[in-house]
Amino acid sequence: MKTIENLFYTEDHEWIKIEGNEALIGITDYAQHKLGSIVFIDLPEEDDEFERNESFAVAESTKAASDILMPLDGTILEINEDLDDEPGLVNEDAYKNWFVKISISDTSQIDDLISDKQYIEFCSKED
Amino acid sequence: MSNLKRTALYEKHVESNGQIIDFAGWQLPVQYESLEAEHNVVRNVAGMFDVSHMGEVEVKGLDALNFIQNLVTNDVYTIENNQIVYTFMCYENGGVVDDLLVYKRNNNDFLLVINASNISKDYEWMLENSKDYNVEIINISDSISEIAIQGPKAEEILQKTTEFDLSNIKFFFFEQNIKIGNIDCLISRTGYTGEDGFEIYTNNNDIAIIWDALLDAGKEEGLLPAGLGARDTLRFEASLPLYGNELSNEITPLEAGLGFFVKLGKNDFIGKNALVKQKTEGLKRKIIGFEIEKGIARHGFEVYAGDNKIGFVTTGYISPTLGKSIGLALIDAKYATIGNEINIKVRKKFRTAKIISKRFYKKNYNK
Repeated sequence: MKTIENLFYTEDHEWIKIEGNEALIGITDYAQHKLGSIVFIDLPEEDDEFERNESFAVAESTKAASDILMPLDGTILEINEDLDDEPGLVNEDAYKNWFVKISISDTSQIDDLISDKQYIEFCSKED
Repeated sequence: MSNLKRTALYEKHVESNGQIIDFAGWQLPVQYESLEAEHNVVRNVAGMFDVSHMGEVEVKGLDALNFIQNLVTNDVYTIENNQIVYTFMCYENGGVVDDLLVYKRNNNDFLLVINASNISKDYEWMLENSKDYNVEIINISDSISEIAIQGPKAEEILQKTTEFDLSNIKFFFFEQNIKIGNIDCLISRTGYTGEDGFEIYTNNNDIAIIWDALLDAGKEEGLLPAGLGARDTLRFEASLPLYGNELSNEITPLEAGLGFFVKLGKNDFIGKNALVKQKTEGLKRKIIGFEIEKGIARHGFEVYAGDNKIGFVTTGYISPTLGKSIGLALIDAKYATIGNEINIKVRKKFRTAKIISKRFYKKNYNK
């Protein structure tokens, strides 16, 4: 399973790229592999607000729908419209194909995110 | 997990990297490498399913024919030895006990093949309704294993494993004591995918040999083992019903659009009065096909016409073969016209959908 060093992670298998008061959010390589072929991604709308741990998107395989949870409190600034037509892009490259860009409401919550090393360790225990 | 049952092919599934799940109390693979690959191989080449969890009940005796004629909705008086009919057992109110296949060996000897999730219920139902008949009803489910090989190359591949000329088995007919290697099998030209194919029944001790023989015979063509996930997407594309989705104790065969298998003109059978009444009065609910604009409509999602809730989704998928998001739903009959727009509640959003023909996919039976 692939990870990228300068990103943050959660135990719900999301990655976060912090850019000041904003963040890009996606799912990890581990997550896309577990989901199998992603056939549909249900994204939120711009200006939608979510709390940490609230489901903001759904990634669907043929068999099942998986909630994608907000790692931080925030407001949706942008959604990745490429994923509308080609949800399979996430299977191809989970780190390049982000789901949403958010503005972060409470930057202190970043302290609760985990590093790539901690995420790798967490995953090795999951299996 | 220790209360779950395993078929005699469990180790084969593990060897092939099957993702094992609990299905109706059995540990079976939902998929191996990829649901889409398994679905596509059945449509294009052939796939192989472990269906040993299905139930088999023998009905034998002087009154076997009459007992079954009363038990099921289809007409078994008109079928030949070695022929099979698809039919339903209904409750007095017309709701479905189970859908099943009836294999006729002769007038005094039948094999009924039933859904894994309904084995105990079906067996009890048959016993309860046999009191007036001179029949023996024997549940042999635990001693029979079964493999389904389905796809355009199913016959070619299976033929490599036996000297019996399979072209002699016509659609919805079977033969017994066919040797694969030195193992006796019952083979029928039946299936649940919309493709040509066969179902192979034998005893638990020998089924693994059949599995290996088929994998070997199909290597050149690219035969793959296929799991329960693909089994559901394949039957759904072919508009074949699943008990618990399109059929249940609360959904009649007429509401499901399967009246072809209900012979209201034959003598009395359990549920006949209710079904005749339902047909005469006109159906109040019908199963329709739909295509949804965006997203996936899953089993149980509510269907609306404007503000009115008019029904629910019975099965929905993005069809691997057709690439469209489609489904089946049970709705108020007055909205059930092809071309009508409906709304489906997908989690919190309402998505537009259009009613389309249930014939999503053109079946390729070898008739």
